[in-house]
Amino acid sequence: MEQMLIALFTVVVGVLGCITYFVGSNFILDFIFPTTGSNATKNIQKSAAIRPWLFMGPAIILLTVYLVYPVINSVWLSFHGPSGKEFIGIDNYTWLFGDAKFLESFLNNMMWLIVVPAASTFFGLMAAALTDRISWGNIAKSLIFMPMAISFIGASIIWKFVYDYRGDSADQIGILNALMVHFGAEPQAWIAMPFWNSFFLMIILIWIQTGFAMVILSAALRGIPEETIEAAILDGANPLQVFLKIKMPQMWGTVAVVWTTITILVLKVFDIVMAMTNGQWGSQVLANYMFDWMFRGHDFGRSATIALVIMVLVLPVMVWNVRNLKNEN
Amino acid sequence: MDSIVGKNSALTWAVNISVVVLVLLWTIPTFGLLVSSIRDKDQLVSTGWWTSFSSVERNLIRRSAPASEQTKADDLYVLKGNVFADKTGEITAFGWNSKDPTAFKPGDTAQMRKGKMLQVNADGAYVLSSPTPHTRKKGTRIFITSVEAPIFTLDNYSEVLFAEGIGKSFLNTMTVTIPATIIPILIAAFAAYALAWMEFPGRSIMLAMVVGLLVVPLQMSLIPLLRLYTDVGIGKGYLGIWLAHTGFGLPLAIYLLRNYIAGLPREVIESARVDGANDFLIFVKIILPLSFPALASFAIFQFLWVWNDLLIATVFLGNNEEQLVMTGRLREMLGSRGGNWEILTASAFVSIFVPLMVFFSLQKYLVRGLLSGSVKGG
Repeated sequence: MEQMLIALFTVVVGVLGCITYFVGSNFILDFIFPTTGSNATKNIQKSAAIRPWLFMGPAIILLTVYLVYPVINSVWLSFHGPSGKEFIGIDNYTWLFGDAKFLESFLNNMMWLIVVPAASTFFGLMAAALTDRISWGNIAKSLIFMPMAISFIGASIIWKFVYDYRGDSADQIGILNALMVHFGAEPQAWIAMPFWNSFFLMIILIWIQTGFAMVILSAALRGIPEETIEAAILDGANPLQVFLKIKMPQMWGTVAVVWTTITILVLKVFDIVMAMTNGQWGSQVLANYMFDWMFRGHDFGRSATIALVIMVLVLPVMVWNVRNLKNEN
Repeated sequence: MDSIVGKNSALTWAVNISVVVLVLLWTIPTFGLLVSSIRDKDQLVSTGWWTSFSSVERNLIRRSAPASEQTKADDLYVLKGNVFADKTGEITAFGWNSKDPTAFKPGDTAQMRKGKMLQVNADGAYVLSSPTPHTRKKGTRIFITSVEAPIFTLDNYSEVLFAEGIGKSFLNTMTVTIPATIIPILIAAFAAYALAWMEFPGRSIMLAMVVGLLVVPLQMSLIPLLRLYTDVGIGKGYLGIWLAHTGFGLPLAIYLLRNYIAGLPREVIESARVDGANDFLIFVKIILPLSFPALASFAIFQFLWVWNDLLIATVFLGNNEEQLVMTGRLREMLGSRGGNWEILTASAFVSIFVPLMVFFSLQKYLVRGLLSGSVKGG
């Protein structure tokens, strides 16, 4: 209980601190450059030039310390040894490209990168298109969207229970193996099957992300002008044709947004792999491998190098986003 | 669109059925977890949760009372008791030998080695008698096949909340989440307003930077910040994680809020400026109240994100009782209690309960936030 009080106290102090900063700094600005008196016009101009930086000051400092500095520091670290102190040139990189586990992680990440965004977008699109046509669509949407609120680790427990495996003789309490037995097949230890286990982990992320894709795509579907659809129906198009030939072409932009957002998420997937297999049985991914080298390997240099690989993979999306922003303005 | 569907009832059926299938696929895993978490722990590990509403038949191995409890009646040494202990059920068969555990019907008397006799009644009461004194300290094995009524209980919850430390972790998670949700909002709102409505050199570059930082993987930040914290002396603790979540949440916060604030009608702001209000007053008096929906959207994102986070908590918080958050505790349990499903399911449900409540009650804002641009991926 005591620490809850500390937390609440922090909230109060933090919020008050922010308020004090913003109110105080603006007050001082108005005090130094009063908007009345002889130099009013000049003062207004001066304070208008300074005020934006007062507004953005805390944000700029936090962003610099927490995101910009680390990127630069990681590059620097990648040329240094385990403790991050001694310079070792490109050794980390040569190690990286010869490391079998890194190769495995990289290839697995690529697989995740293809399967998860594609499947989530597909199911999301399907759910969006179908739920828009029925009376209880909103309830259905809510339920499909629900996993979004569940933590990756919680989802991992939920699915570990689905995949649960016990020896041939015992009753299966995991629903997937129970179904296998019901249909006369052998129960399997799903998450310990090299190669295929990655797909069983991907299902968890697809399960979580489909709702997100559905919500965005559903809004896009509703945004399609009615006239284009009506015209197609008058021309005798069936519902499937309307969907594929009229609606889809107008949605590619949204699909791209959904796809890239999930792609970014997939590149950073960590909790699920850590909780389900911790990279065993050939299911390692970059983010978890990086974590491995950070906490079990205690090698900051190598760990930072792996993080940089993730960063490089994210870069195209970053560039694309920034360019889109420029086009919008 | 209704008109298309209306004409074709087969299609309507197909759509309805497909949605039912989708919804079932998406909810069954969570439902299974919930049902399992309130089942009796012995039943949970022996039968699937989908059978939990019907009686279950199970093969069990029980032990008789230890030799120390034997009594002497006539010439026989007798051990008495009930195989169900504190539970109820019905015996359908029993045995004394692992080769044939269902050899006898309830009420029969089984002849064992050395003149021993075992009788088990349908209600579980057993009598084990022997012409010589019993010697087994742990008792003799009794094989039973029993039918048990389904048992639902909240025992699992009381165990995880009080004995397994989930209750404490729940508080730790709250401690992390509340400040880390509220503090970024103000900082981001001011910056968002500046980016949306104030004129200054470098504005578009700043905005581009925010958008660029949206996708920077957290993994990049972990090691540099850990080192920085050590150098500065923050170490592992709540202050460090509050600041970290604030920093990592800012790009999304600024981006979402800027999109919203930039969409507010220009006339409102212009007329306030004409009336002589400076940007500070405009922001506090006009922008903040109008931006409530966007602030709520971000607050929900940040809340869900911080509550569900494992990575940042693992890196910036200690592993001790005072600091272990729920996600971290769950992860630890998966390792140490991997087979104890009664503990895992109940713990997992405790941890997802709050986010689910937030989700269902504030879904409107969440959806609005999602639609206004992008989401954070972690």
